[in-house]
Amino acid sequence: MPLSSADFSAIWLTIKLASLTTVILLVIGTPIALWLSRTRSWWRGPVGAIVALPLVLPPTVIGFYLLLSMGPNGYFGQFTQWLGLGTLTFSFAGLVIGSVIYSLPFVVQPLQNAFSAIGTRPLEVAATLRAGPWDTFFSVILPLARPGFVTASILGFAHTVGEFGVVLMIGGNIPDKTRVVSVQIYDHVEAMEYAQAHWLAGAMVVFAFFVLLALYSSRKTNMGWN
Amino acid sequence: MLIHASRLAVLATALVFGSAHADEVQVAVAANFTAPIQALAASFEQDTGHKLVASYGATGQFYTQIKNGAPFEVFLSADDSTPQKLENEGDTVKGSRFTYAVGTLALWSPQAGYVDANGEVLKRNQFKHLSIANPKAAPYGLAATQVLAKQGLSDQVKDKLVEGQNITQAYQFVSTGNAELGFVALSQIYKDGKVTRGSAWIVPAALHDPIKQDAVILNKGKDSAAAKALVEYLKGPKAAAVIKSYGYEL
Amino acid sequence: MMEIRLQLSYSGFALDVDLHLPGRGVTALYGHSGSGKTTCLRCIAGLERAGDGFVRINDEVWQDSRSGLFVPPHQRPLGYVFQEASLFAHLSVRANLAFGLKRTPRAQRRVDMAQATELLGIGHLLERHPQHLSGGERQRIGIARALLTSPRLLLMDEPLAALDSQRKSEILPYLERLHDELDIPVLYVSHAQDEVARLADHIVLLSDGKALASGPIGVTLARLDLPLARGDEAGVVIDGVVTAYDAHYQLLTLQLPGSASTMRVAHAPLGVGQALRVKVQARDVSLSLQAEEHSSILNRLPVTVTEEIAADNSAHVLVRLDAGGTPLLARITRFSRDQLQLHPGQALWAQIKAVAVLA
Repeated sequence: MPLSSADFSAIWLTIKLASLTTVILLVIGTPIALWLSRTRSWWRGPVGAIVALPLVLPPTVIGFYLLLSMGPNGYFGQFTQWLGLGTLTFSFAGLVIGSVIYSLPFVVQPLQNAFSAIGTRPLEVAATLRAGPWDTFFSVILPLARPGFVTASILGFAHTVGEFGVVLMIGGNIPDKTRVVSVQIYDHVEAMEYAQAHWLAGAMVVFAFFVLLALYSSRKTNMGWN
Repeated sequence: MLIHASRLAVLATALVFGSAHADEVQVAVAANFTAPIQALAASFEQDTGHKLVASYGATGQFYTQIKNGAPFEVFLSADDSTPQKLENEGDTVKGSRFTYAVGTLALWSPQAGYVDANGEVLKRNQFKHLSIANPKAAPYGLAATQVLAKQGLSDQVKDKLVEGQNITQAYQFVSTGNAELGFVALSQIYKDGKVTRGSAWIVPAALHDPIKQDAVILNKGKDSAAAKALVEYLKGPKAAAVIKSYGYEL
Repeated sequence: MMEIRLQLSYSGFALDVDLHLPGRGVTALYGHSGSGKTTCLRCIAGLERAGDGFVRINDEVWQDSRSGLFVPPHQRPLGYVFQEASLFAHLSVRANLAFGLKRTPRAQRRVDMAQATELLGIGHLLERHPQHLSGGERQRIGIARALLTSPRLLLMDEPLAALDSQRKSEILPYLERLHDELDIPVLYVSHAQDEVARLADHIVLLSDGKALASGPIGVTLARLDLPLARGDEAGVVIDGVVTAYDAHYQLLTLQLPGSASTMRVAHAPLGVGQALRVKVQARDVSLSLQAEEHSSILNRLPVTVTEEIAADNSAHVLVRLDAGGTPLLARITRFSRDQLQLHPGQALWAQIKAVAVLA
């Protein structure tokens, strides 16, 4: 096996980062998606556009601004220092924040689509059947939007695994903290360690294929509102 | 990226006329040499009538690209081993390899007075992050680790090291304040014989292996007059003065 | 009693009603699409919020915008049946039915699962999923689901409009059973006069967001000053009581309310004393100066002319008659009107074919 323990710790770190990012994104993405799918407010357009920004911006742009804002002179960096957390660049927490921003649209948009597809009728039905707003959320919206949650989780996780530019810009390539698989591959290539690069890169291709396979197969069996 | 439109155009021209364009030379330039080559390009073009098209990047990355058919004619590496390797593998014009500059390492902080003239700041160890270039890929990174080892500081700073993928990124971490100080190429902070900003310790050459930066004409530049002219120009006294003014030795 | 005052306006539409409705039986909100019936119902449910509104259902106030009171829909003890059954696609039929039941406090439950499934004939569907049901089945489940919250008011928004006529006739008997067996006041939105005539006790006629009329169904359908009387479907409903049944000829005899007159109707057997609602369409009523003995027409009622207006067709006129307290409408030609020299107060005979009476 040409993979070193450094490679395995990069894989483990990547899984940890992607899992944590996905969980956080589901928690904060759900209310955003719900709001975007229901509101008639003027803010819908601007907020939707901001959420979608990471789709079109090069990761280096996000990474660059994160580097500046999370640094000791940036607003966010000054805030975290005021909280006593120090600056978050070169830390796992910093990567999580970067990944959450970077993968936000990949979680919010499938959820938003799922919530929009449900429409308002089931919510009205639930209300006339004595279900309050929270009750309706858990007993109607969540189960009906389940395919959306599956898609959002898969995309959020996979996209975070595939993250490179942002990590490169704010990570500092620290083993067990910020050296994720994509960076490790880049390192191997730069150091001309092609065999190890191949193993890791090949594993990423296989992973990505199965993720997408799972995604497209689950689409068929999705159950919508009718 | 590897190929952008202008390079594609050159490639197309080369294909049509069966040889490289007589007036243009495609150069892969190590990131640390970005500023000097820009200064050199103007006078080179004026003196010879040729045009210099430069791409900047990491040496390891250039190696991979060259091995995979990138259209570079001249390669200004950040080290001496990569041009050697390319030569051994038959990707260069025999006898064209030479050292165009010897890099100088500097420990730098954008804060005035933060780094003392002897690098004692390292021993005091009162910083959170020390930025270096990736030692596996970048000669300046390797040199930085040698300096730390020689001073017996490797273990002490181990947990504080942050790595840029190349010397440019190592500089970026420091210049944005995310790392308080870092080992950078003197060329990045030096102009006209002095450090332009902040405070620095110019690391004595004895503390690390020499950072010999070698240049080589690649097979793609075999028949290019512009490539030959560039190599000759880099060896000349006019270029030497400019290179030195950026803090390199020769 | 229900007291409903609603004022609300969107671009191009304004609702402004002030209704006092009976606190029991079926009240139809009748009108064309766009007349504001559904908006009215949604405001009563709290699904839409009228800018200025007051909703009192018997002794409970659900909205009083003057005092800032607005009970959210899930806290209003109502049942709502939507035009499309809107069953939850992620739940089985049983779980759909249980959804509201579970959320109704035990002490308030007056309808149980067995009763609701029996009433709507859906016991055999409980383990199915909504995708595998016909439109009529879905709608019956939607109705049962609403009933299982033991509502103090049942709101039905055109529950039959999405169904074809066969499915409609499959459900109508269940709705009549609801009316007969459960003591829950119903507000029933519809634009189909036959449904209204069959189900409603009280009717509110809505047009352009305003209530043109509100009253008991028999009287209101017979009013000539409303657009109802002018249409082709115009007619009256009569709530009669069975006094006899002729098994040989399969004819029921009905006593008209508040009069000595009777009427015979071709119908399946019913016991003496049972109530039966019939609809008599204006075009099926003919007038004669004498009681014609020698005729196939079985029903001859002594009537008095009360009023007469032009119909939508200029060759026709509409005549309102009083059959000993029961109003009737007759649509006849202008020619016949002149032949008979009709005038208010005139006594004559109304003839109705027994086969034309709709039960």
